[in-house]
Amino acid sequence: MSATRYAMVVDTRRCVGCNACVLACKSENSVPAGYCRDWIVEEVRGNYPHLSAEIRSERCNHCSHAPCVANCPTGASHIEEGGVVLVNHQKCTGCKACMAACPYDARYVHPEGYVDKCTFCIHRVRRGEDPACVSICPTKTLHFGDLDDPNSEVSQLVRTRKSKVKGPETGCDPNLFFLV
Amino acid sequence: MWQALAQSVPVEVTTARANAHVDPSLHIWESEIPIYLFLGGLAGGLLILSAVLAFMARREGKPVAKAATWMPFTALGLLSIGMLFLFLDLAHKFYVWRFYLSFELTSPMSWGSWILMLVYPVGILLGLNLISEEARSRIVGFCPLARAGLPSPLCWLAAKAKKMNTGLWGLSIATGIALAVYTGILLGANGSRVVWNSALLGPLFLVSGISGAAAFLLLFRTDPDNEKRLLRFDIAAIVAELVLLGLLLIGYGNAGVGGRFAAAQFLGGPWSGSFWGLLIITGLILPLVLETSEQRGRVHASKILPIVVLFGGFMLRYIMVFSGQPTSIVQVAGF
Amino acid sequence: MKVSGGTAAGGVLFSGLTTKWWGADKDPIPDPGTDGKIVPSFCEMCFWKCGIHAHVQNDKVTKIVGNPDHPLSRGRLCPRGTGGLGLLYDPDRLKRPQLRREKDGKQYFEDVSWDEALGFIADKMKKLSKEHGPESLALFSHGKGGSWLKSVVKAYGSPNVGAPSWAQCMGPREVGFELTFGSGLGSPEPLDLHNARCITLIGSHLGENMHNTQVQDFADAVGKRADIIVVDPRFSVAAGKAKHWLPIKPGTDTALLLAWMHVLIKEKLYDRDYIARHATGFDKLVKHVEEKTPEWAFTKTGIDPELIRASARTMAAARPASIVHPGRHSTWYGNDTNRMRAVAILNALLGSWGRRGGIYLKSSMDLAPYKLHEKVGHKITKPAADRAKDAVIPFGGESLVQGFRDASFPGYAEYDIKAWIVYGTNLIQCLPDRKKTEKAIQNLDLMVAIDVLPTEITGWADVILPECTYLERYDDLWAPGYIEPFVSLRQPVVKPMYDSKPNWWISKQLAKRLGLGALFPWDEPEEYLRARADASGISFDALKAKGVVHGRPEPATTEEGVELTFDTPSGKIELYSSLMAEAGLDPLPTFEPPNVGPAGSFRLLFGRSPVHTFGRTTNNRMLGEIKSENEVWVNARAAKELGLRQGARVVVENQDGAKTGPMKVKVTQRIRPDCVYMIHGFGHDDKRLHFANGRGGSDSDLITKAAVDPAVGSTGMNVNFVTLEEVMS
Repeated sequence: MSATRYAMVVDTRRCVGCNACVLACKSENSVPAGYCRDWIVEEVRGNYPHLSAEIRSERCNHCSHAPCVANCPTGASHIEEGGVVLVNHQKCTGCKACMAACPYDARYVHPEGYVDKCTFCIHRVRRGEDPACVSICPTKTLHFGDLDDPNSEVSQLVRTRKSKVKGPETGCDPNLFFLV
Repeated sequence: MWQALAQSVPVEVTTARANAHVDPSLHIWESEIPIYLFLGGLAGGLLILSAVLAFMARREGKPVAKAATWMPFTALGLLSIGMLFLFLDLAHKFYVWRFYLSFELTSPMSWGSWILMLVYPVGILLGLNLISEEARSRIVGFCPLARAGLPSPLCWLAAKAKKMNTGLWGLSIATGIALAVYTGILLGANGSRVVWNSALLGPLFLVSGISGAAAFLLLFRTDPDNEKRLLRFDIAAIVAELVLLGLLLIGYGNAGVGGRFAAAQFLGGPWSGSFWGLLIITGLILPLVLETSEQRGRVHASKILPIVVLFGGFMLRYIMVFSGQPTSIVQVAGF
Repeated sequence: MKVSGGTAAGGVLFSGLTTKWWGADKDPIPDPGTDGKIVPSFCEMCFWKCGIHAHVQNDKVTKIVGNPDHPLSRGRLCPRGTGGLGLLYDPDRLKRPQLRREKDGKQYFEDVSWDEALGFIADKMKKLSKEHGPESLALFSHGKGGSWLKSVVKAYGSPNVGAPSWAQCMGPREVGFELTFGSGLGSPEPLDLHNARCITLIGSHLGENMHNTQVQDFADAVGKRADIIVVDPRFSVAAGKAKHWLPIKPGTDTALLLAWMHVLIKEKLYDRDYIARHATGFDKLVKHVEEKTPEWAFTKTGIDPELIRASARTMAAARPASIVHPGRHSTWYGNDTNRMRAVAILNALLGSWGRRGGIYLKSSMDLAPYKLHEKVGHKITKPAADRAKDAVIPFGGESLVQGFRDASFPGYAEYDIKAWIVYGTNLIQCLPDRKKTEKAIQNLDLMVAIDVLPTEITGWADVILPECTYLERYDDLWAPGYIEPFVSLRQPVVKPMYDSKPNWWISKQLAKRLGLGALFPWDEPEEYLRARADASGISFDALKAKGVVHGRPEPATTEEGVELTFDTPSGKIELYSSLMAEAGLDPLPTFEPPNVGPAGSFRLLFGRSPVHTFGRTTNNRMLGEIKSENEVWVNARAAKELGLRQGARVVVENQDGAKTGPMKVKVTQRIRPDCVYMIHGFGHDDKRLHFANGRGGSDSDLITKAAVDPAVGSTGMNVNFVTLEEVMS
């Protein structure tokens, strides 16, 4: 039985930072008002008129060595199929140790009390659909798939194009790759 | 150093993410956590010192100082208050029992939950062991079963405790160390928060807890020999604390961009005033100087001194928790 | 923490014993359960009309995603499409018809029945028709639902029907291209961005301007490493993807365009064969641009001559798959038709018209016509009253709605306008000179506002009619020209909330009361739509099921075998416009320097946010989570001189003393020091818009001056200058 390693690839060349991914995620996952599971970061460097820009759609990196999972005292933060990092709402005490552990500040406290974050829309993935953000993205910036499958789109993109991850020095081994 | 960390090429970063308590920087833990860490460290220190005093009393053939005999129970009381604050911090309170349905090896908080479970029976046994026979009978008398003349678990416990000595005292010291050290590791295990990214936090909180315990004991009347002993313990602990804090700052300096940012918080950055003014000078150096003077008989022991030490202990945790939360390595080091 | 294997195993065992293996925990995969019954329709959060799939559970819409069958959305939506939920469930929506009443000297709106409201309108309209003629009524209509209203107004006998999308937006572009190629561009624009190898954007900030399909195609081009050239005083999102960013001095684009033509001609980089075969007036053009060197252009635009040459060579190297994007909102500085002519000419020199990767030829489904108003009601006897008496505006296509407004002042136009019906357009934030609009309304006998939200214009009405949102109604079939023909259906996803009604019902009821009931010889719109579909040879059931029916694609480019023809007087591409010459205007584009503002002021520029559509969406709480207020962008150096820091709040005041704000300042490197920029549509001051009221600043409040284009009569609005005054809080 082959292992599965879910990953997402973000093509920063194409991303225009429209926020369709943010709102589609909120809609699909009933994310409460005032919170978001994914977000856009726009970085512009330089002095006028010598400027360059990068736009990224970010979310939880579903790290292969997730410090949030290591730090969780109840096992609420755990790793599911495909390496997806999930929070079991029934086990979460809201201690927020995971939020302190996450170097990416990817989590938030849901008004109902448990800690919440991007789930890679695993409920959709199980049905053979893409995560909501990937489905909606008008610029086809987002790609989702199995990194352990050498023929998957994400594998090919990561192999053939220059890419980076956020905070590689953390040693968390993020699975969100930004094509530059 | 603070200015040196500013970018030379301007970068404009915009994001619309505005998650409560996360943006613009992480702020998930309020005063509840430093209060718990302080009380936990204090309770751990009290367990350690009570047992140490018991060892010393046995060696000297004298009874344990009266004030010290009540410390285990006091420690448990303080710890319970701390745990109440911990409970108040939880966002999903009804699920608090989940802490006790699993044991996560890599989670300091899980270790802590179970250590706390160990602290209570050890503390009760140590307390029952140290107090006088008369006090023991009074306590047993509270049990309705005992008053009715029926076999009482409390009676059995008290009898068992009475017979214990070095084994229990050794266990108490170990438990106290575990309790105080884990409070530091709770923060230290978060490598992503640059201020907390040091293994020194565990030992630091331990010596701070011992110092606080010694100071706490000094608040209560006791014989001059004991007082001198406690002063010695406190001075040693404070010196150790200063050394560890120094090593902490040096460690930051060697730990790359994140470490330099962490050090900058206290060396010119926003936490410099609190760190040097409230913690180092008021909370550590001032009591150190006064205590050494007191030791040499130049100054008479006053109750203000222990309070200042306890204040320093609380400030250490407060500063650590609040300065550490917002400093994510990814934010600091950039992409 | 290093622990031995045994203890680790023990720990895992312990963990599992307590929870996993007892089944004490439910399946931890969280399913939010937002999927529902899918109803296809098309969106109206902007005017692009992408196909959507609305998910419904228990009569509530849970989410909106793209319709994979629809050619415009292709299953993907912009954020506004998803945010349709925020409009449907906006608590500030207009709920009931309202009539303006006065009591004790105070005016207020009273909820009334539809019967009373419609009766009031019909009575007034009948009176008006008798006393002043039906032409004294003007309909401002923007949105698909307006098709029904337009029938009624035309049958009533008024020629005065229009939308701000002409004279405040696309007019100069349509005329500029029509004069050159014989045809305008319409919407969606026929741009083969997907296959373009070079895209030149003049002001068009694709990516912030979020017309879904165009952004999708633009991203495809970017993904395929097409060269992007951006001409913009601001470093837009598109500029961030550009090979060349030309930070042009505002108002000097025509000089750049002429210099580009000069380079293409001088260096023989234009499509000689294409020009020889399809164009006239080339020799005159050559002479016209002979002196328009990049060095000359530098003195006007501030752009380095070598950059002008490099970008010209880049766009030429990609031809014919090289588009100079015609833009959309083109009413900038008053000589806009000239500038759009230059854009058209440049496209001709690149040979992009009718070519793959360029501007393709549209095809559309043949829908059976619905022109009952030509048989029912009164004939239209007067021309539109959208210009001053004796004004000569040689080129048109649609009415000039600022002219309708001005005609409401007695004696301005051929005849006076005495009544307005305003549907789906907040004239207060659309037309230049807000105070004039408010004064014009004072002269009216009747002002009816039909809208979904209580926008500012509704506050000036005598009658407010609540239309239900696009998710709650049928509208007429839509079969636009596009690269492949299709027809799209809008159908109700949920029942109308409150007492709101669809426009077909409002129009039908109004028509009945006006004696024009024959315009709507059907009771339910499904009847009509099915009949129209049948008459057009389209399966209505297929439309209902899928939301869209595709037609047979026709050749769209010369590569696919199209023979190019041009509906111009010469039958060719008119580089030299005979019609402009006849009208006494510039037959070849000339550069006019833009107006100059007072010393120390900044030119005011405005634009779009990808999560908003003008002022229509700024009350939407879902979209507001991403962007709840706008900021005024100021160059960092200029801000430093003014002592303004990031996030400072300023009042923005223009040359005529009009003010807006306080609003936040965005100190940035991304804009020239001589202008400021803000996103349009904020700074609402209607208290009934509880979320939008008071957030941000209104650029339209600062647009008191407009420069009128002599060819089209459109209003160029980038001609106002502002200063910033910090407000200490």
